[in-house]
Amino acid sequence: MASIQLAPFGGSLTRETLSVSHAEDQSSTRRDFLYYATGGVGAVVTGAAVWPLVNQMNPSADVQAASTMRVDVSGVQEGTQLTVLFLGKPVFIRRRTQDEIEAARAVDMNDLVDTDSRNPNIAAGSDAHDENRSLTTPEGENTGEWLVMQGVCTHLGCVPLGDGAGEFGGWFCPCHGSHYDTAGRIRKGPAPQNLHIPNASFVDDTTILLG
Amino acid sequence: MSGIPHDHYEPKSNAEKWLHSRLPIVGLLYDTLMIPTPKNLNWMWIWGIVLVFCLVMQIVTGIILVMHYTPHVDLAFASVEHIMRNVNGGWAIRYIHQNGASLFFIAVYLHIFRGLYYGSYKAPREVTWIVGMLIYLLMMGTAFMGYVLPWGQMSFWGATVITGLFGAIPFVGEAIQTWLLGGPAVDNATLNRFLSLHYLLPFVILGLVIVHVWAFHTTGNNNPTGVDVRRASKKEAEADTLPFWPYFVIKDLFALAVVLVAFFAIVGFMPNYLGHPDNYIEANPMVTPAHIVPEWYFLPFYAILRAFDGEVWVVIAADFLTGGIVDAKFFGVLAMFGAIIVMALVPWLDTSSVRSGRYRPMFKPWFWVFVVNFFVLMWAGAMPAEGIYPYIALIGSAYWFAYFLVILPLLGVLEKPTTPPSTIEEDFNAHYGNASVGTGPASAKIPAE
Repeated sequence: MASIQLAPFGGSLTRETLSVSHAEDQSSTRRDFLYYATGGVGAVVTGAAVWPLVNQMNPSADVQAASTMRVDVSGVQEGTQLTVLFLGKPVFIRRRTQDEIEAARAVDMNDLVDTDSRNPNIAAGSDAHDENRSLTTPEGENTGEWLVMQGVCTHLGCVPLGDGAGEFGGWFCPCHGSHYDTAGRIRKGPAPQNLHIPNASFVDDTTILLG
Repeated sequence: MSGIPHDHYEPKSNAEKWLHSRLPIVGLLYDTLMIPTPKNLNWMWIWGIVLVFCLVMQIVTGIILVMHYTPHVDLAFASVEHIMRNVNGGWAIRYIHQNGASLFFIAVYLHIFRGLYYGSYKAPREVTWIVGMLIYLLMMGTAFMGYVLPWGQMSFWGATVITGLFGAIPFVGEAIQTWLLGGPAVDNATLNRFLSLHYLLPFVILGLVIVHVWAFHTTGNNNPTGVDVRRASKKEAEADTLPFWPYFVIKDLFALAVVLVAFFAIVGFMPNYLGHPDNYIEANPMVTPAHIVPEWYFLPFYAILRAFDGEVWVVIAADFLTGGIVDAKFFGVLAMFGAIIVMALVPWLDTSSVRSGRYRPMFKPWFWVFVVNFFVLMWAGAMPAEGIYPYIALIGSAYWFAYFLVILPLLGVLEKPTTPPSTIEEDFNAHYGNASVGTGPASAKIPAE
């Protein structure tokens, strides 16, 4: 250490020596080191202090805790729909009639706008066959009876009308006229994607777990 | 302050001298109030005072409203009705605040168009212009968040659509949207932070207004000729200017009184004319209003946002060139913010050496088309996004960008401007008669412009 020449430390701390840019003053390596180290630590400390001020705006613990929900579907009759508010958005739980299931299963893949199942409960990229849209029953069978979807139009986020609305007997978005079929697949109108399916499963005979 | 020679504050009494040597605040206020102002300013130079009045009015009525308002999803809507029905004079204060936002935007648009026509943004007033654009952006943010607070259907769904714009940003959009909302959807956390920011931002605007005034007091005001005030001597400067107090203060206050007559006619007789009836339905995340529209002052930019759908060739090209990163939704968001950015950059896009549009024969028609186009976009933004309307919005959006990026840069090269008067005094005398030599009533000599 003693061999390093440190002119500014030698007792002649004049205005001139201080005004020399640290980057240009190649001899003051220790000063350079301290300069950048102090700046670096200062930047890290400032960042660490600011981060909580930014992070407080992210979802709070109670909001995060609400990210799963159990829904009792024992009262849902065939041919009706239960709409629940989950994570601030409506979720449609429809118990479909046999006619609706058959109509959905008869659709050719070539007639679909969006051929992705939009179903995170099955393998990613599965096609939009009706079997890939409906929820597996408590007995572990895919009868097509239960259809659980986000009630959010994939166009601009409006809530579609149900109970056989629209030209395909499924859902119809009144905002800009998107028609969804009985499997919630987009068939006509400006929406680009099928209605999304949330994470969902039966935990017992009459209870669906969302999230 | 302005570099224009004029008399400065001189403390006279011992008390004034005592204070002045410790804090020259009286001198600062005096010099601000007595600033030499071009004496040919026309009636388009009144909107600054109207805007200052709006800011103060909104802050005062806003502070009062917060005394009675409850920022909670279960209580917000009811607390606004409480203000309307129970609080003494609450209905008037809320209607003034609600319509005050509209007056604020009418004034700011006229103020901006004034600047665009008379070249107020050109050197050396670029900083004034940039600060003004920042104020305008903050005004939009403040107004948007204020509209959410009554927690009506339009509040809720407007907030959903606008925060959804941030979700369109590639890769990080969803995280940003969640961060802004404080959850997966617009909810109590959103309402609370919007009130906090809606209360904060007007004071940031107030600070920027002081910087805005400071900037143009440093350069001096522009004026309808765009000709600079002569600064060689105090005598010349005094031939071009009059002190702000009392001449322009009284003029501006008269104009303000006229504006307020119209304003209070609206507040009194048609307070909900500019609002949307759906906002008197409490927010319901399960039901979407059939037609979501923003407040009128956002409509031109809402039209630009919606104009660029997936069938427009520039959108398809952008989508292809970026490998799908810039999709139609994100392109619309970029276009909307870009529309304001190109306006903020106009000091460097306008290449003309002549400041005022009054002496630019080719500029004038393009400018008036720009003004008309602004209203066309406003109308298109209010219409449903189907049929002919998206095409109209697209043409309007294209003109908006062409005006700033093509027309203004080219006009400076192609146009042959007429000759502005050599001094402000000459312009003033041509319009109002040379009062200093007593040639009779000014009205007798006013020529048509």
